[in-house]
Amino acid sequence: MSVIQKPEAESALDPRERYLAAYDDLRRERAGEPAWLSQRREAGLEEFRKAGFPTTRQEAWRFTNVQPVLRTPFGLFERDSRFQVSDRELGALIGGTTPGQVVVLVNGIFRPDLSTLKGLPKGVIATGLAQALASDGAAIEEHLARYARDSANPFTALNTALFRDGAFILVPRGTVLEQPIQIVCLAVPGGEPLMWHLRHLIVVEENAKAAVVESYQSLGGGVYLTNAVTEFVLGDNADAHYCRIQYESDQAYQLATTHSVQGRDSRLVSCSVAFGSALARHDINAVMGGSGGYLILDGLTVIGGRQHVDHHTTLDHAQPHCESHELFNGIFDGHSRGVFNGRIIVRPGAQRTDSKQTNNNILLSPDARADSQPQLEIYADDVKCTHGSTTGPLDPAAIFYLRSRGLSQAQARHALTYGFSAEVLNQIDLAEIRSALDRLVQARLMAAGEGRAVA
Amino acid sequence: MTPKPLLEIRNLHASADGHPILKGVDLVVNQGEVHAIMGPNGSGKSTLAQVLAGHPSFTVTEGSVLYEGRDLLEMEPEERAQAGLFLAFQYPVAIRGITNAYFLRSAVNAIRKARGEPELDPIDFLEVLEEKLKVIGWDDSFLNRPVNDGFSGGEKKRNEILQMAVLEPKLAILDETDSGLDIDALKTVAEAVNKLRSPTTAKVVVTHYQRILNYIVPDVVHVLVDGRIVRSGGKELALELEEKGYDWVKPEAQAA
Repeated sequence: MSVIQKPEAESALDPRERYLAAYDDLRRERAGEPAWLSQRREAGLEEFRKAGFPTTRQEAWRFTNVQPVLRTPFGLFERDSRFQVSDRELGALIGGTTPGQVVVLVNGIFRPDLSTLKGLPKGVIATGLAQALASDGAAIEEHLARYARDSANPFTALNTALFRDGAFILVPRGTVLEQPIQIVCLAVPGGEPLMWHLRHLIVVEENAKAAVVESYQSLGGGVYLTNAVTEFVLGDNADAHYCRIQYESDQAYQLATTHSVQGRDSRLVSCSVAFGSALARHDINAVMGGSGGYLILDGLTVIGGRQHVDHHTTLDHAQPHCESHELFNGIFDGHSRGVFNGRIIVRPGAQRTDSKQTNNNILLSPDARADSQPQLEIYADDVKCTHGSTTGPLDPAAIFYLRSRGLSQAQARHALTYGFSAEVLNQIDLAEIRSALDRLVQARLMAAGEGRAVA
Repeated sequence: MTPKPLLEIRNLHASADGHPILKGVDLVVNQGEVHAIMGPNGSGKSTLAQVLAGHPSFTVTEGSVLYEGRDLLEMEPEERAQAGLFLAFQYPVAIRGITNAYFLRSAVNAIRKARGEPELDPIDFLEVLEEKLKVIGWDDSFLNRPVNDGFSGGEKKRNEILQMAVLEPKLAILDETDSGLDIDALKTVAEAVNKLRSPTTAKVVVTHYQRILNYIVPDVVHVLVDGRIVRSGGKELALELEEKGYDWVKPEAQAA
C-alpha cells in the first residue's frame, strides 16, 4: 500500500532548489551582462550550492535560526511596475524631506522615475547598478564582488548569483559632496511572499568626501525577503559617512552584509540602525586596508514583540596606525531577541592599532534576551584593544538618581532608554536623518510603555 | 524671632534587607542653618541621607520625618525633589547619551511643572544656567557632556553642586561630597556651597572628615554612631573629633 503525503514531500525539498530555480528563471534578464559578471555569478552560485544555508550548529549562526526564511516559498518580483508610489508616500519615508539625491529601488528594482538624481557635481554617479553596468562597466568590474566574500556567508554568495539591481554610487577623486546621497530600498509587499537580492556598490575615491544613507523601508506590512549586500570602498584620505537604516515590515526577513574597505588615512563614520523585520541579520565587515585609517562603527537596535536582530561585526585591522571605535547599543522589549558578535582581528604588523569595542543591551521585559560575544584576535604586540559589554534591565540606581532630581518614574525610565539610543544617534552628522530616527525611537519607546519625552 | 523648622526627624528607625541601620535618630534643622553629621564608617550617615531622599532600598520601621510640616516619608522621591529637597550623591550615577544641559532642564521643568509654574524653553533655560554658573564661578564645559559619563571623581562631585545651584533646593543634603576631592577641588566646591547659603534654606553636610568644615562652617555638629546621634555641639566638636577620633563618643566609651 502506498501513501502519498504531499505536504511532506514539499517540505523535504532541498531549500536550495527554489533559489537555484530562481537563478535559471533570471537567465533571460542576465543575457546582456558582461562576461566578468557572469563568471562572478557562477562562482557565487557554486559557492552557495556547496555551502547551503547555515544552521544553528555553525558557530557564526548559533543564535540566529534562518529556518523560517527557508520554509517560506519566496518568489521573484514580476518586473512589471504598474503600481505607483506617490510623492506623498515617498515624502513620508525616513529621509523623505532630506535634501540631496535619492536613488529609489522598489522591490529590488531601480526606479529612475521615482528617484531624484539631478544636481550632482560633475563626475559623480548615483544610479541603478543594472543600468550603470552598461555605461560604467569598467569602474564596477574593478570593485563588484571583490570584497564581500561569497565564502564568508551563503547569503552573500546567493546575492552575487541572484542580484538584479541595486545602487551604484561613485564619487571621483577630490570631489566633496555637500548633500547626502540616499539609497531608498522600498518594499511594497504583495499577496505572495516575494524576495529581492539587492547589490549596492559605493566608491568614494581618494580625497573625496560623501555621506550615504541606505534605508530599507516598506509601504504596508507583509512577508518578504531582503537579501542585501553593500560594498563600500574608500580611497586614500577619503572621508565618508554611512548611515544604514533597517526599518522593514515587522513580518519581513532581512539577511545583509555591508563590507567596507578603507584606504590609507581615510575616515569612515558608520551607523547601522535596526527597528524592523521579524528576523534580521546584518554582517558588517570593516577592513582597515591602509595605515592611518579611522573608523567609527556604531549600531542601534530598538525592537520588541517577537523580533530578532543579529549584528555580526568583523573589524579587520590589517594595517598599522589605525583607530577604531565601535559602539552597539540595543533596547529590547517584549519577547525580542538581540545578538551582537564583535570580532576584532589585529593582523601581524598592524602595530599601534587603537581599537575600542562596546556593546550595551537594555532588556525592558523579563522575556527579552540579548547575547553578546566579543571575539578578539590579536597577532601584533604593540596595540591597544579594549572591549566591554553590559546586558540587563534599566539600572535602579540610575532611576533613583533621576527621580531624586524631580523626574517621575516614567520620565526617568524614558530618559535612560532615550539617552541610550541618543548615545549612538548623536554621532550621525545628518540633522534631518538624526531627528527622523530620534522620532522613531521616541515612538518605539512610547509603544513599549516607556513614557514620553521629558523636556 | 524663632527660626522655622524645615526638617524634623523623630525617633527614625530604618533597615536594609532586614538589617537595622538607623536606630532612633532625632534631628531638627531650621531655616538658615548648616548642620554637619559626622561619624565613623558604617554608622548610618549615608543611610540617613538616602532615607531622606526616598531611596527604595531602605525601609523605615519606626519614627517620623516632617519636611515643612508635611510627612516626608509619604512622599515619592520626585515629590521630595519637587518640594525642594536635594541630595548630593556620594556616588553620582552616569546617564549615557543625555547631556547635562538637557538633564538639568528636564529636572528644572519637572519641578516647575509640579509647582504649577510655566516650563522653560531651551533658550530661557540657558540664561538661567549661565547666571548660575556665574554665581558659583564655573565655566560651561560640563554642559554638553553626558551626565557624569566619563567624569573624574572630582568632576562628578562638582556636577552635583552645579545641579544644586540650578535646582535651588530649600534643604540640601551633601553626602560625603568632600570624599575623594583634593584640597583645591574641595575649596572650589565649598566656595560654591557657601555662595548658595541663604536665610531661608538649610544644608546638612554628611562627612567622614572634619576638613570640609573649615570651609563650610556649620552651626551645629552631630555625631552619628551605630544608628543614633550620640552627641551634638558647635563647630568646635568637629575639631575635637578630628583630634581624638570617634572612640571617645561611642556609647560603650561613655558607659565606661
